[in-house]
Amino acid sequence: MKKILKTPITRQAVSELRIGDIIYLSGTAVTGRDEVHRRVVEEGRKPKVSTDGAALLHVGPIVESDKKGGHRIIAAGPTTSYRMERCEREFLEATGIRLIVGKGGMGKKTAEACKALNAVHCVYPGGCGVSAAVAAEILGVEWEDLGMPEAMWILRLDNFGPLIVSIDTLGENLFERNRAVFEAKKEKAAAELSAYVKGLR
Amino acid sequence: MINEKLTEVFCRFIHDTSVSLPPDILNALRRNAEYEDGRLQRELYGCIFENLKKAGELDRPVCQDTGALQFFLRAGARFPYLGDVEASIREAVKISTKRIPLRPNVIESFDERNTGDNTGTRAPWIEWEIEPDSACLTAEVYMAGGGCSLPGRAKTLMPLEGYEGMIKFVFDTVTEWGINACPPLLIGVGIGTCAPTAAMLSKRALLRPVGSRNKNPKVSGLEEKMAAGLDSIGIGPLGLTGKRSVLGVHIEYAGHHPAALGVGVSFGCWATRRGKVLIDGNLNVIKASDVF
Repeated sequence: MKKILKTPITRQAVSELRIGDIIYLSGTAVTGRDEVHRRVVEEGRKPKVSTDGAALLHVGPIVESDKKGGHRIIAAGPTTSYRMERCEREFLEATGIRLIVGKGGMGKKTAEACKALNAVHCVYPGGCGVSAAVAAEILGVEWEDLGMPEAMWILRLDNFGPLIVSIDTLGENLFERNRAVFEAKKEKAAAELSAYVKGLR
Repeated sequence: MINEKLTEVFCRFIHDTSVSLPPDILNALRRNAEYEDGRLQRELYGCIFENLKKAGELDRPVCQDTGALQFFLRAGARFPYLGDVEASIREAVKISTKRIPLRPNVIESFDERNTGDNTGTRAPWIEWEIEPDSACLTAEVYMAGGGCSLPGRAKTLMPLEGYEGMIKFVFDTVTEWGINACPPLLIGVGIGTCAPTAAMLSKRALLRPVGSRNKNPKVSGLEEKMAAGLDSIGIGPLGLTGKRSVLGVHIEYAGHHPAALGVGVSFGCWATRRGKVLIDGNLNVIKASDVF
């Protein structure tokens, strides 16, 4: 059965999730990439909208705006989460956000933060921008001066997913686990190929 | 000077490239999907194909990251509109950004402000080659997304590190950074004297149709072995493990200095969007497809 998480996201709801679980999300989310993180963490600024219980999407959407100030979301897949690794902990602390959605893994510092702050990181299938947009509606925007991809878009999500839990509240990290497996296989494959290229000369 | 007809040709071309995948990439994706039998892997490929279907139906860009636009031109020496090409491409990029729409992805460097129309200093990026005895223009466009531009690397190896050094460099880069770049990946490898020439050749390698092989049998053999080796790592769709890691490996090279071996690696994501168009001297489109 489809597991649908609804906002406001509670400590209880995220602490039940484990890496590898597949969930869907309905409710309120804000987008935030590099520049939103810079504003919140380095400049100490707070958005006007309440982020309490909302989800954070590492997403820079394509948005079509009309002259009356209306917005239509065209494509909204996730961006590389690892870019935010250096300050995600501080961002979670400042905003109280408990659920992050992005693409690819995050590192040790975020995994420790998820454990300490009761938060999770999930991945939405990268590149699936139209499917993501179809499940989202724009409620508003803040910091539009940052430009379309970097602004903080406030979204209402309906059955947004699948989301694969990649860091859970125990601090377990799916991508780091996979990476260890990849590393071991890589060494073997690279050694075999090195022997082959030596023979090419 | 902006030429209206040429601008419209480029607008159509940019549109078609952004809302669908080129046939070679689509075929490679379908082939990779067939190898996967895990539940998660099948679900992820299901999402990928469902998204492509929706993009087609709604006439929208496949991915929200429509990239920084890069053009690779082969201009006939006798193409009559040589002087209009750059201005018309620039204009077409501005129009397409509003019309399709594309995501405005150009930040003017040092000002760090989004220009809003995908143009800026040397943006779009345009590379020229001259084709003797021709009156036509072949244009390729590559929509360079952030996620797959991020892992690109180039370095100059000591010649004694040899091609073993190249293998290590490529495999390390794929495993460390490629997994976040929306696999299965198209891998371009370039060999030259210095980092910049090797890097540019690695980019050109991505423009080759998937499945094509380098003419040098030593190199084509290596392309196949590298693809098999990277697949054996089992990166899978979106880096969530699986039977395949890559869509393909392409290698392009130039002769190199005896004291320096430059190697570059560039990445295309599963949603690699690039296109190719052949325009004649009357500005009519002769062929528009990824594979010719």
